[in-house]
Amino acid sequence: MPEEPVAVVGIGQTKHVSARRDVSIAGLVREAAVRALEDAALTWADIDAVVIGKAPDFFEGLMMPELYLADALGAVGKPMLRVHTAGSVGGSTALVAANLVSARVHRTVLTLAFEKQSESNAMWGLSLPIPFQQPLLAGAGGFFAPHVRAYMRRTGAPDSVGSLVAYKDRRNALKNPYAHIHDPDITLEKVRSAPMLWDPIRYSETCPSSDGACAMILTDRAGAARSPHPPAWVHGGAMRSEPTLFAGKDFVSPRAGRDCAADVYRQAGIGDPRREIDAVEMYVPFSWYEPMWLENLGFADEGEGWKLTESGVTELDGDLPVNPSGGVLSTNPIGASGMIRFAEAALQVRGQAGEHQVPGARKALGHAYGGGAQFFSMWLVGAEPPTR
Amino acid sequence: MPEALSAPLVVEFPFTRSLGPVQSAFLTGLRERTVLGVRTAGGKILVPPVEYDPVTAEEIRELTEVAATGTVTTWAWNPAPRRGQPLDAPFAWVLVRLDGADTALLHVLAAPGPEAVRTGMRVRIRWAAERTGAITDIACFEPYDGEETGQQPAPHDGRFANPVTGIVTPTRLDYRYTPGRAQSAYLDALSRRRIVGERCPSCRKVYVPPRGACPTCGVATAEQVEVGPRGTVTTFCIVNIKAKNLDIEVPYVYAHIALDGADLALHARIGGIPYDQVRMGLRVEPVWTEDGRHPDHYRPTGEPDADYDAYKELV
Repeated sequence: MPEEPVAVVGIGQTKHVSARRDVSIAGLVREAAVRALEDAALTWADIDAVVIGKAPDFFEGLMMPELYLADALGAVGKPMLRVHTAGSVGGSTALVAANLVSARVHRTVLTLAFEKQSESNAMWGLSLPIPFQQPLLAGAGGFFAPHVRAYMRRTGAPDSVGSLVAYKDRRNALKNPYAHIHDPDITLEKVRSAPMLWDPIRYSETCPSSDGACAMILTDRAGAARSPHPPAWVHGGAMRSEPTLFAGKDFVSPRAGRDCAADVYRQAGIGDPRREIDAVEMYVPFSWYEPMWLENLGFADEGEGWKLTESGVTELDGDLPVNPSGGVLSTNPIGASGMIRFAEAALQVRGQAGEHQVPGARKALGHAYGGGAQFFSMWLVGAEPPTR
Repeated sequence: MPEALSAPLVVEFPFTRSLGPVQSAFLTGLRERTVLGVRTAGGKILVPPVEYDPVTAEEIRELTEVAATGTVTTWAWNPAPRRGQPLDAPFAWVLVRLDGADTALLHVLAAPGPEAVRTGMRVRIRWAAERTGAITDIACFEPYDGEETGQQPAPHDGRFANPVTGIVTPTRLDYRYTPGRAQSAYLDALSRRRIVGERCPSCRKVYVPPRGACPTCGVATAEQVEVGPRGTVTTFCIVNIKAKNLDIEVPYVYAHIALDGADLALHARIGGIPYDQVRMGLRVEPVWTEDGRHPDHYRPTGEPDADYDAYKELV
């Protein structure tokens, strides 16, 4: 029996901000879930199962979200699962939900991811004082900055590329009402004159710390037929992992990322991602990861990713728009960031992205990664149901 | 073989929580010696109150005041209270259904011994002398010899002056950390200022620090290989922000260093050279301090820089 096609019929996000002091975590996730239900014109009774994801437990000290949030998410009497893959969790959570539908375990699944960074301390959670070990000397940005330098050395990319990404994403965010950072006075000069935190990474080229949640309703072919709005169809989805550190690990272009993308393209029948994909929502927490992932995901040959960015191809009006929503650089509730990428890709092919809509987008890629560039999850969504 | 090491690891953090409307009313109420529950669509009164109906999943906001007296529905004796628990002397954990409520609240009961506790016993709240808007505003429950009056719970608008909107929830976990054979051997060698990794018997790669297994081949590593002490900076960043609890002046260079003979880079600070002169390919060596377990930092050896092709596989 072939797999059941999976459709995204409901999407809900909170307005991402630095601190949502007015709501509990239950209230925050509820807001996103209710918006997704409204989008799908469904009620709690229509949901067969709930799949939830969040960042590592120590980040916000909430160890069992599936227990605490069962009533807020209408999960009583239904299966509720929790997924746990560091920063990529929002993506893998959506894929677990999609697999439940495609395998016909459940017909309609609510999937949701969140983070309330204002009530947590991710930096502390990442640097627990393990006895006998040398403390990490540099923080999260310091972990990634040497890999950015390695990319620049390997490809000969000019220093200016990173600031172009940040300038683009922050301008795109102005068109996305849910984005956290809205800086109407953004200029390229402003991005370039920001202080270097972890040279070669500037303050202006790092992601913010956000409170937010994102929810999606995934359903089968029959559910899609009842959807009041055009669904997004899942054409391919995959996850890959690799160790944080191993001899031969390519931090600039991890093999797990390349393999994951290749698997998704194979499932979706994509031969030339650069030409066949209309919009990309990729996980870019530091600006230079855009050109790096363009190569890792097969949109550019090795060493050529930065040229796409530099020539404007990845701009909202370019021919491969990357992060039309403003991306992680503009919104980063860590646990939700991956799901926001998946949801924004779906919004594009549903034609519901509003001011940041890529005109005529038919196929879009959502991408997430996490850990020390260790977990990857991606899906490709289309405006038409899959034919294979 | 050196003895395997072990040390305590305490992980603690004061997480904050925004309460939202229902928990805010509940905890502020406790500060005012008022216990609030919430009425579900089915007419049940839940204490403590929740924001969403556990049966219908609908948002519920209809607050009601219940009594400060109630009945123990079940209990467990705690003979040895731990740090941070509500009472210092042995006590009973109890579930108390307050008069007017349909569900039970978890708290503690002050009692001389387990023989003084029984399911069905009547209890009342002993309020804390100083109340801040926290569950600890109920100091504990204590025995009470009045019957339930059958009085209906009264509606309450949940409004109080100066409501509590957030709380701090300190979290603490006590572990014993045992780094294992491979890392213990590595640390033992470091104490003699030697850097010793382990070679994978399958792929022949040398891991420093060793983890006891090759992450690629999935086999145990045992063959010890001394590496370095010199190495090559494969890549780096310049850190310009001062980390809390780290006594290093900024800017400083945080580098990946491939020690000679190792098949992956380790991470360390570079010193002995102006930060803006550090470059990929720089040859460095460890600088030890009297009491440090690890090299304090690495400094230039003065050798010519390594050719990029010689280390590019390790970047």
